[in-house]
Amino acid sequence: MLVTAVLAVPLAAGALAGALPWRRAVGWAMVLANAAVLGLGIALAVEADHHRVAGGLDGALRADALSAFMVVVIGTISLLASIQSIRYLEAEIAGGEHGARHASLYSVLVEVFVACMLAAVLSANLGTLWVAVEATTIATTFLVGHRRNDKALEASWKYVLICSVGIALAFFGTVLVYFAALHVPGHATGASVLDWTSLMRASHRLDPGVVRLAMALLVLGYGTKVGLAPMHSWLPDAHSQAPAPVSALMSGVLLTVAFYALLRFKAVADAALGPGFTRGLLVIVGLASLLVAASLLLTQRDVKRMLAYHSIEHMGLIALGAAAGTTLAIAAVLLHILGHGLAKAVLFLASGEILLVEGTSEIEKIPALLTRRPLLGGIFGFGLIALLGLPPFSLFVSELNMIRGEVDVGLGWAAGLSLVAMAVIFAAVMAHGRHLLLGGRRITTPSATPRLVGIPLVGGLVACAAFGLSAWPLQPLLDAAARVVVR
Amino acid sequence: MRSGTALDLVQLASGVVLAGAVLALWRRDLRALTSVLVLQGAALATLAAVLAVEGGDVALGVVAGVVLLAKAIVIPSLLARVVRRDPGSRETAPLVNVPASLVGAAGLVVLSYLVAGRLTALFPDPLTRLAPLGLATVLIGFFVLTTRRKAVSQIVGLLLVDNGVALTAFLLTAGVPLLVELGASLDVLLVVVVLQVLATTMRARLGHVDLDQLRELHD
Repeated sequence: MLVTAVLAVPLAAGALAGALPWRRAVGWAMVLANAAVLGLGIALAVEADHHRVAGGLDGALRADALSAFMVVVIGTISLLASIQSIRYLEAEIAGGEHGARHASLYSVLVEVFVACMLAAVLSANLGTLWVAVEATTIATTFLVGHRRNDKALEASWKYVLICSVGIALAFFGTVLVYFAALHVPGHATGASVLDWTSLMRASHRLDPGVVRLAMALLVLGYGTKVGLAPMHSWLPDAHSQAPAPVSALMSGVLLTVAFYALLRFKAVADAALGPGFTRGLLVIVGLASLLVAASLLLTQRDVKRMLAYHSIEHMGLIALGAAAGTTLAIAAVLLHILGHGLAKAVLFLASGEILLVEGTSEIEKIPALLTRRPLLGGIFGFGLIALLGLPPFSLFVSELNMIRGEVDVGLGWAAGLSLVAMAVIFAAVMAHGRHLLLGGRRITTPSATPRLVGIPLVGGLVACAAFGLSAWPLQPLLDAAARVVVR
Repeated sequence: MRSGTALDLVQLASGVVLAGAVLALWRRDLRALTSVLVLQGAALATLAAVLAVEGGDVALGVVAGVVLLAKAIVIPSLLARVVRRDPGSRETAPLVNVPASLVGAAGLVVLSYLVAGRLTALFPDPLTRLAPLGLATVLIGFFVLTTRRKAVSQIVGLLLVDNGVALTAFLLTAGVPLLVELGASLDVLLVVVVLQVLATTMRARLGHVDLDQLRELHD
């Protein structure tokens, strides 16, 4: 019941946005809907804490601790993004760029997008999980191309083509897992074969050769949607061209929803093969992603592209943490998913506000933000500090624990390499950030930032810091969620 | 496989899918590419139908109908609409020329037999033995995607990958569960609709659908 409601809320909100002409009240209705998703997610987490696995829609939906945690993450980020959407859409209508009908379409697509992500993390079946992840691509394509200029068009083309190919490979991998499961004697037949519970029961008897091929395809395929090298090239374009609230959703949660799929399949493959094989794959793509991010971050001139490359870095870190695969490391991966989502969403939303008030997102052209717009500059500065993994923000704790996990399983060398890449990225981002926040001191009167922008973004940063300072109330949920995929 | 005729049909259909992929590499006329997709779609639908009759599987029969509708009728006609706006269009300058592409395709077929050898060795079933054909189709689709620059060719590359995966799924597992299969078909259909809209918008805004000239976003 609870699980079905989680899916129904954003769909109902989307229907509402489609039926009514867009105005501020409709925007607030979307905010309310996403707040409800967050509330329901917390309720699911409490249920999972009592070792009750909620189900829905005749067993098609299922919420264990891991799913509940992902619902909380999706609810949090979409709540932040939907508040900023009001500001974005009003500015767009006021600027005469697009009319109210465009705003309605935008709201419908965003809610469908959120519903698809929720369907992905709540699917009881790894096949329908794939269908939902693929559907997110379709729902977001027109959001990426929302601005309808040549660049946005090119970005959406690349996005849909590369991600569709990637996801086709993930389908291939899923088919192979299905094939392996069908050949386990005495195992279920028909549609339930790919159900998480039945698949996990049979997982240690799956044929290792088939699972190896499947896992390689799955890491490459879902890795495309995660933005992991070598299939990352769509990410900087799509994330920089999409409207800021959509970038926040795509970078903050969509990437990690795809990673959630990998975590599930990793558990299946680890039971069949032992942890070594998937670990090797994840270390390769993780380090490659860090290398890509470190080598390309320094040359970025656009705020949003800089943030996009930063996402590739963090996905690489998460891949390395997952490669370690201990309960400690996976719990850290999940905390990192939440912390990165919060920090990245705040930064993308702040960059949207910068684009709105400054008219550009080129780093060169927006110096000394801190003196000119203290609140916006402050939010951006603290967001960068959070993203670079400095205390008190939760990314510091999660990065530390991921590295501890990596050292525990003998991946100390990979952790060392990742620290080198992080140092390079740190220097690059500091150089950009210093110019953006302090550079070229021009004396002007500071201008205020609207409360509609300030309050949610400061709230996001405070939450990110709070999870860094105190393990409660999250730690039991993180541990329970990690134990779902660690045996 | 139970009866000889059915096995013949399955083998023929699988061969047609791979032959279609090779044809797509050979022909540079973009209109010919849509006919290739019709051919592949029909072959896949036949394959599913034969398996449905053999196994007495009603759900698979439904899948066969959906595959026929989506892959052999709707998707090719959507693609034909893009091509029609661009009459006489050819893939003028692929990154790898046609003879070299065909040699490459032969190499990819050999490669897929090597990779999928494990599957066929473990489960020596007449259907499993055909699975490398599906993998080869996927690889050729990748090849098209990386070496062809026209928007239509790239969509065809994506569809070759998809058809290759579908072929493998039918051969190995007689199709994935109905819900997943329907979702997959619908998703592919929607992706093609999205790409068609994008290609049409590109044509209206830029006057061409040549992806080489779209190079504003790069590092």
